[in-house]
Amino acid sequence: MFLKEYISDVFKGVKSLLTGMKLTGWYALHHKKEKITQQYPDNKDTLVLPERFRGEVVMIHDEHNEHACTGCTACELACPNATIKIVTKFDIQPDGKKKKAIDKFVYHLELCTFCNLCIEACPTNAIKMAQTFEHSVFDRTNLTKILNNPDSKIREGVE
Amino acid sequence: MPSLENIANSIHVWLNNQFTAPWPMLIEFVIVGVCIISLFALLGLVLIMMERKVSAWMQLRLGPNRVGPVGMFQTAADTLKLIVKEGMTPDGADKFLFNLAPFIVMIIAMVVMAPLMFAKGLQIWDINIGVLFFSAISSVSVIGILMAGWASNNKYSLLGAMRSGAQIVSYELSAGFAILAIVILTGDLKISSIVNSQANGWWIFKGHLPVWIAFVIFMIAVTAETNRAPFDLAEAESELTAGFHTEYSGMKFALFFLAEYVNIFVVCALGATLFLGGWQPLHFGTGTQFNHIMDYIPSSLWFVGKTFFLIFVIMWFRWTFPRLRIDQLLNLEWKYLLPISMFNLLLVTLMAIMGWYF
Repeated sequence: MFLKEYISDVFKGVKSLLTGMKLTGWYALHHKKEKITQQYPDNKDTLVLPERFRGEVVMIHDEHNEHACTGCTACELACPNATIKIVTKFDIQPDGKKKKAIDKFVYHLELCTFCNLCIEACPTNAIKMAQTFEHSVFDRTNLTKILNNPDSKIREGVE
Repeated sequence: MPSLENIANSIHVWLNNQFTAPWPMLIEFVIVGVCIISLFALLGLVLIMMERKVSAWMQLRLGPNRVGPVGMFQTAADTLKLIVKEGMTPDGADKFLFNLAPFIVMIIAMVVMAPLMFAKGLQIWDINIGVLFFSAISSVSVIGILMAGWASNNKYSLLGAMRSGAQIVSYELSAGFAILAIVILTGDLKISSIVNSQANGWWIFKGHLPVWIAFVIFMIAVTAETNRAPFDLAEAESELTAGFHTEYSGMKFALFFLAEYVNIFVVCALGATLFLGGWQPLHFGTGTQFNHIMDYIPSSLWFVGKTFFLIFVIMWFRWTFPRLRIDQLLNLEWKYLLPISMFNLLLVTLMAIMGWYF
């Protein structure tokens, strides 16, 4: 009984090793077609980034310079290392009521780990991850960005 | 037809005509030494390049592709960098042993080349105990590794060296048994007669099942003996930074690195000699058209081709399998490889006595 188990162990082990070698061998033979390396500085113009690549957080603005951010600070709370700071203001509505809106959406790129938690936390899909990744600058203050465009306002109907 | 055998013989005759008694031999020593050292350097460059390309292909990368055509001069540039770098000896290290260790490892790798048969009639020393010489000398390299680990005055180095000691002492047993299987079939320890016994078919074809088992065990054991992944516990870069050569830098590190690759070449050359017929071309039956075509390929190409095929297999192991833990490593040897190879040795003996091989 022991011997049977021993022999089947050996065969299973050899089989699983061969399965792994088959896969890497297939890769070695098909590396020309399957390779995913981007020759980055050479192909700057034709660079193709994956759809879900996380470069930096940007706020989506439509053609009327309107965004969907209500200033709820869900992203600020979700952020693990205080990358986002939302400064709110109160707009005076035409009927005289005051309404909370964002003044500045401050984003510290130098603190960001690109964890995507703020995008997942946003209830109105106001922010997304962009595919830009060439972030090097000479002055650190350039990395603190204000994401809402000047004079932008919240889109009608977004609560 | 100019072959390596003819060139070697004509040099020998020419030297004997020109000089008197001891001189031809001394000059031949120097020539052989120069050849081996240049082979050593060439192998280092070629094998490191091959390893980097093979690993890149298996991981769907490109590998080195900047220096020279398709990155071919990358290893030469790396070597130049290592030569220029400072070879540090850490404070508190045993300076003599520390500086001696890389040379011992390298010299062992060179000495082991002596009985190898590189082509038909091209051999440095056709000693009558060739295989024994090989397995005896190759186990000395563990002393170099232990020396490096001990003299570094570094706990990572010492741990790596101790692991390497345990590993090499264990895996030599099954490598020895696998070699013995072929020695039993051939009835001789001499490398040239082992190769000649495969003129009518390589042992891997003639010996069928028991020799296949011996071949697989041999490949596993020599992978462990050369401290290659998945048995690279002596280096284990994720646990021990670099194991026994943590403290080495510059050319002293390069010697360890070169010795690793030359050791791979040497054990693969032995594997090719024992199981795949050394320089013997591939023959099926006798006197067929196919055999004639195979005979036109030079014997040195056969030898190098077989050796590089086995080197590729060992690289394939490295880039496929995860590293074993130390207990798994010893389990594999003492509970699996050793009993199987002992049983296999009995099987081979029975086969040799009864003549159950082709």
